[in-house]
Amino acid sequence: MMQNYRTPLGRARGLGSAKHGVSAWIGERVTAVALVPLVLWGVYWLVMIAAAHSRQAAVAWLADPINAVLMVLLTSVAFFHMHAGMRVVVEDYIERHLTKTLLLLANLFVCGLAGALAVFSILKVALGGA
Amino acid sequence: MTDAPRERPLSPHTTIWRWHATMATSILHRVTGCGLYGGALILAAWLVSLAAGDGPYAEMMAILGSPLGKLALFGLTLCVFFHLAKGIQHLIWDLGAGFKLPTANMGAIICLAFSVVASATIWIIAGLAGAL
Repeated sequence: MMQNYRTPLGRARGLGSAKHGVSAWIGERVTAVALVPLVLWGVYWLVMIAAAHSRQAAVAWLADPINAVLMVLLTSVAFFHMHAGMRVVVEDYIERHLTKTLLLLANLFVCGLAGALAVFSILKVALGGA
Repeated sequence: MTDAPRERPLSPHTTIWRWHATMATSILHRVTGCGLYGGALILAAWLVSLAAGDGPYAEMMAILGSPLGKLALFGLTLCVFFHLAKGIQHLIWDLGAGFKLPTANMGAIICLAFSVVASATIWIIAGLAGAL
Protein backbone atom coordinates (compact mmCIF):
# COMPACT_ATOMS: atom_id res chain seq x y z
CA MET A 1 0.00 0.00 0.00
CA MET A 2 2.09 2.88 -1.33
CA GLN A 3 -0.65 5.33 -0.40
CA ASN A 4 0.14 4.92 3.30
CA TYR A 5 3.44 6.76 2.80
CA ARG A 6 1.66 9.88 1.60
CA THR A 7 1.19 12.68 4.12
CA PRO A 8 -2.21 14.45 4.31
CA LEU A 9 -0.51 17.49 2.70
CA GLY A 10 0.78 15.33 -0.12
CA ARG A 11 -2.69 14.01 -0.81
CA ALA A 12 -4.29 17.45 -0.70
CA ARG A 13 -1.80 19.24 -2.98
CA GLY A 14 -3.03 19.89 -6.50
CA LEU A 15 -6.68 19.42 -5.55
CA GLY A 16 -7.30 23.15 -5.55
CA SER A 17 -7.34 25.86 -2.94
CA ALA A 18 -8.77 25.23 0.47
CA LYS A 19 -11.26 27.39 2.36
CA HIS A 20 -10.66 31.03 1.44
CA GLY A 21 -11.62 30.71 -2.24
CA VAL A 22 -15.06 29.63 -1.10
CA SER A 23 -15.76 32.94 0.64
CA ALA A 24 -15.41 34.82 -2.67
CA TRP A 25 -17.85 32.40 -4.32
CA ILE A 26 -20.34 32.64 -1.45
CA GLY A 27 -20.00 36.43 -1.32
CA GLU A 28 -21.02 36.66 -4.98
CA ARG A 29 -24.12 34.51 -4.32
CA VAL A 30 -25.16 36.29 -1.13
CA THR A 31 -24.93 39.69 -2.84
CA ALA A 32 -26.87 38.22 -5.81
CA VAL A 33 -29.72 37.19 -3.50
CA ALA A 34 -29.78 40.65 -1.87
CA LEU A 35 -29.74 42.38 -5.25
CA VAL A 36 -32.89 40.62 -6.54
CA PRO A 37 -35.33 42.75 -4.48
CA LEU A 38 -33.02 45.80 -4.37
CA VAL A 39 -32.68 46.00 -8.16
CA LEU A 40 -36.43 45.56 -8.79
CA TRP A 41 -37.12 48.32 -6.25
CA GLY A 42 -34.39 50.54 -7.75
CA VAL A 43 -35.52 50.17 -11.37
CA TYR A 44 -39.11 51.04 -10.45
CA TRP A 45 -38.13 54.15 -8.50
CA LEU A 46 -35.58 55.40 -11.01
CA VAL A 47 -38.36 55.33 -13.62
CA MET A 48 -40.67 57.24 -11.26
CA ILE A 49 -37.94 59.83 -10.57
CA ALA A 50 -37.31 60.22 -14.31
CA ALA A 51 -41.05 60.74 -14.78
CA ALA A 52 -41.07 63.59 -12.24
CA HIS A 53 -38.67 65.69 -14.44
CA SER A 54 -37.51 67.61 -11.39
CA ARG A 55 -34.34 67.58 -9.35
CA GLN A 56 -36.27 68.71 -6.29
CA ALA A 57 -38.50 65.63 -6.57
CA ALA A 58 -35.42 63.39 -6.76
CA VAL A 59 -33.87 65.14 -3.74
CA ALA A 60 -37.12 64.87 -1.75
CA TRP A 61 -37.39 61.17 -2.63
CA LEU A 62 -33.81 60.49 -1.50
CA ALA A 63 -34.37 62.47 1.70
CA ASP A 64 -36.76 59.77 2.90
CA PRO A 65 -34.73 57.56 5.30
CA ILE A 66 -36.05 54.27 3.87
CA ASN A 67 -35.20 55.33 0.30
CA ALA A 68 -31.77 56.63 1.31
CA VAL A 69 -30.85 53.45 3.20
CA LEU A 70 -32.13 51.13 0.47
CA MET A 71 -30.27 53.19 -2.14
CA VAL A 72 -27.04 52.96 -0.10
CA LEU A 73 -27.58 49.20 0.15
CA LEU A 74 -28.36 48.90 -3.57
CA THR A 75 -25.21 50.77 -4.63
CA SER A 76 -22.82 49.24 -2.09
CA VAL A 77 -24.05 45.66 -2.62
CA ALA A 78 -24.08 46.19 -6.41
CA PHE A 79 -20.52 47.52 -6.41
CA PHE A 80 -19.38 44.58 -4.26
CA HIS A 81 -21.13 42.16 -6.64
CA MET A 82 -19.76 43.75 -9.82
CA HIS A 83 -16.26 43.76 -8.36
CA ALA A 84 -16.60 40.02 -7.69
CA GLY A 85 -18.02 39.36 -11.16
CA MET A 86 -15.41 41.37 -13.07
CA ARG A 87 -12.68 39.76 -10.99
CA VAL A 88 -13.77 36.31 -12.21
CA VAL A 89 -13.89 37.56 -15.81
CA VAL A 90 -10.33 38.94 -15.56
CA GLU A 91 -9.05 35.78 -13.85
CA ASP A 92 -10.67 33.62 -16.54
CA TYR A 93 -9.49 35.44 -19.65
CA ILE A 94 -6.23 37.23 -18.83
CA GLU A 95 -3.23 34.92 -18.68
CA ARG A 96 -0.29 37.35 -18.44
CA HIS A 97 0.47 37.83 -14.76
CA LEU A 98 1.29 41.55 -14.86
CA THR A 99 -1.73 42.43 -17.03
CA LYS A 100 -3.99 40.36 -14.78
CA THR A 101 -2.67 42.00 -11.62
CA LEU A 102 -3.07 45.52 -13.05
CA LEU A 103 -6.62 44.79 -14.24
CA LEU A 104 -7.59 43.29 -10.86
CA LEU A 105 -6.22 46.40 -9.12
CA ALA A 106 -8.03 48.68 -11.58
CA ASN A 107 -11.26 46.73 -11.00
CA LEU A 108 -10.93 47.12 -7.22
CA PHE A 109 -10.08 50.83 -7.42
CA VAL A 110 -12.85 51.66 -9.92
CA CYS A 111 -15.47 49.80 -7.87
CA GLY A 112 -14.17 51.28 -4.61
CA LEU A 113 -14.07 54.85 -5.94
CA ALA A 114 -17.41 54.76 -7.79
CA GLY A 115 -19.10 52.96 -4.88
CA ALA A 116 -17.78 55.48 -2.37
CA LEU A 117 -18.83 58.42 -4.57
CA ALA A 118 -22.31 56.93 -4.95
CA VAL A 119 -22.78 56.31 -1.22
CA PHE A 120 -21.40 59.73 -0.24
CA SER A 121 -23.65 61.47 -2.79
CA ILE A 122 -26.73 59.66 -1.46
CA LEU A 123 -25.85 60.64 2.11
CA LYS A 124 -25.15 64.25 1.11
CA VAL A 125 -28.58 64.53 -0.54
CA ALA A 126 -30.35 62.58 2.22
CA LEU A 127 -28.81 64.65 5.01
CA GLY A 128 -29.88 67.91 3.40
CA GLY A 129 -26.56 68.96 1.89
CA ALA A 130 -27.87 69.25 -1.66
CA MET B 1 3.29 13.89 -7.43
CA THR B 2 -0.21 13.95 -6.08
CA ASP B 3 -3.48 12.06 -6.19
CA ALA B 4 -5.04 14.95 -8.10
CA PRO B 5 -6.85 13.79 -11.23
CA ARG B 6 -5.08 14.90 -14.40
CA GLU B 7 -8.26 15.15 -16.48
CA ARG B 8 -9.85 18.56 -15.94
CA PRO B 9 -13.18 19.72 -17.41
CA LEU B 10 -12.77 21.65 -20.64
CA SER B 11 -14.21 25.10 -21.09
CA PRO B 12 -16.89 25.03 -23.81
CA HIS B 13 -15.19 27.38 -26.26
CA THR B 14 -17.29 28.52 -29.20
CA THR B 15 -14.94 26.90 -31.74
CA ILE B 16 -15.33 23.38 -30.36
CA TRP B 17 -18.79 23.52 -28.81
CA ARG B 18 -22.12 23.61 -30.65
CA TRP B 19 -24.28 26.64 -29.77
CA HIS B 20 -27.35 25.89 -27.64
CA ALA B 21 -29.67 27.77 -25.28
CA THR B 22 -27.85 27.15 -21.99
CA MET B 23 -24.47 27.98 -23.52
CA ALA B 24 -25.73 31.13 -25.24
CA THR B 25 -27.45 32.40 -22.09
CA SER B 26 -24.40 31.55 -19.97
CA ILE B 27 -22.27 33.73 -22.26
CA LEU B 28 -24.98 36.42 -22.27
CA HIS B 29 -24.96 36.34 -18.46
CA ARG B 30 -21.31 37.41 -18.51
CA VAL B 31 -21.81 39.93 -21.31
CA THR B 32 -24.80 41.55 -19.57
CA GLY B 33 -22.87 41.54 -16.28
CA CYS B 34 -20.08 43.50 -17.97
CA GLY B 35 -22.68 45.84 -19.47
CA LEU B 36 -24.16 46.42 -16.02
CA TYR B 37 -20.66 47.33 -14.79
CA GLY B 38 -20.99 50.36 -17.06
CA GLY B 39 -24.58 50.82 -15.92
CA ALA B 40 -23.52 50.98 -12.26
CA LEU B 41 -20.92 53.61 -13.14
CA ILE B 42 -23.68 55.63 -14.86
CA LEU B 43 -25.84 55.26 -11.74
CA ALA B 44 -22.94 56.51 -9.59
CA ALA B 45 -22.40 59.46 -11.96
CA TRP B 46 -26.13 60.28 -11.80
CA LEU B 47 -26.05 60.24 -7.97
CA VAL B 48 -22.96 62.50 -7.97
CA SER B 49 -24.72 64.93 -10.32
CA LEU B 50 -27.79 64.88 -8.08
CA ALA B 51 -25.63 65.80 -5.09
CA ALA B 52 -23.67 68.41 -7.09
CA GLY B 53 -26.57 70.76 -7.85
CA ASP B 54 -29.08 71.94 -10.46
CA GLY B 55 -26.57 72.57 -13.27
CA PRO B 56 -24.76 69.22 -13.19
CA TYR B 57 -28.07 67.36 -12.72
CA ALA B 58 -29.64 69.08 -15.75
CA GLU B 59 -26.56 68.19 -17.83
CA MET B 60 -26.68 64.56 -16.72
CA MET B 61 -30.41 64.29 -17.46
CA ALA B 62 -29.83 65.86 -20.90
CA ILE B 63 -27.25 63.18 -21.69
CA LEU B 64 -29.44 60.35 -20.39
CA GLY B 65 -32.51 61.79 -22.14
CA SER B 66 -30.82 62.12 -25.53
CA PRO B 67 -31.64 59.46 -28.17
CA LEU B 68 -28.25 57.80 -27.57
CA GLY B 69 -28.79 57.98 -23.80
CA LYS B 70 -32.22 56.38 -24.09
CA LEU B 71 -30.80 53.65 -26.33
CA ALA B 72 -28.10 52.94 -23.73
CA LEU B 73 -30.68 52.92 -20.93
CA PHE B 74 -32.91 50.54 -22.90
CA GLY B 75 -29.92 48.22 -23.43
CA LEU B 76 -29.16 48.43 -19.72
CA THR B 77 -32.79 47.56 -18.92
CA LEU B 78 -32.43 44.41 -21.03
CA CYS B 79 -29.13 43.67 -19.24
CA VAL B 80 -30.71 44.18 -15.80
CA PHE B 81 -33.64 41.85 -16.40
CA PHE B 82 -31.64 39.20 -18.24
CA HIS B 83 -28.88 39.16 -15.62
CA LEU B 84 -31.53 39.06 -12.87
CA ALA B 85 -33.38 36.10 -14.41
CA LYS B 86 -30.25 34.16 -15.35
CA GLY B 87 -28.80 34.92 -11.92
CA ILE B 88 -31.86 33.31 -10.32
CA GLN B 89 -31.39 30.25 -12.55
CA HIS B 90 -27.76 30.12 -11.40
CA LEU B 91 -28.88 30.34 -7.74
CA ILE B 92 -31.28 27.43 -8.36
CA TRP B 93 -28.40 25.48 -9.93
CA ASP B 94 -26.25 26.33 -6.90
CA LEU B 95 -28.91 24.64 -4.75
CA GLY B 96 -28.34 21.52 -6.85
CA ALA B 97 -31.65 21.64 -8.71
CA GLY B 98 -32.75 22.25 -12.29
CA PHE B 99 -29.92 20.43 -14.03
CA LYS B 100 -32.10 18.11 -16.16
CA LEU B 101 -31.52 19.12 -19.77
CA PRO B 102 -35.13 20.04 -20.65
CA THR B 103 -35.43 22.04 -17.39
CA ALA B 104 -32.14 23.86 -17.97
CA ASN B 105 -33.03 24.64 -21.59
CA MET B 106 -36.52 25.82 -20.65
CA GLY B 107 -35.00 28.02 -17.92
CA ALA B 108 -32.63 29.60 -20.45
CA ILE B 109 -35.51 30.40 -22.82
CA ILE B 110 -37.59 31.79 -19.94
CA CYS B 111 -34.67 34.10 -19.05
CA LEU B 112 -34.54 35.46 -22.61
CA ALA B 113 -38.31 35.88 -22.83
CA PHE B 114 -38.51 37.48 -19.37
CA SER B 115 -35.81 40.04 -20.15
CA VAL B 116 -37.62 41.16 -23.32
CA VAL B 117 -41.11 41.24 -21.74
CA ALA B 118 -39.95 42.92 -18.50
CA SER B 119 -37.94 45.55 -20.41
CA ALA B 120 -40.87 46.33 -22.70
CA THR B 121 -43.17 46.55 -19.66
CA ILE B 122 -40.95 48.93 -17.69
CA TRP B 123 -40.51 51.19 -20.74
CA ILE B 124 -44.27 51.22 -21.32
CA ILE B 125 -44.70 52.13 -17.62
CA ALA B 126 -42.05 54.84 -18.09
CA GLY B 127 -43.89 56.15 -21.15
CA LEU B 128 -47.27 56.16 -19.40
CA ALA B 129 -45.75 57.88 -16.37
CA GLY B 130 -44.33 60.58 -18.66
CA ALA B 131 -40.65 59.76 -18.19
CA LEU B 132 -39.77 59.62 -21.91
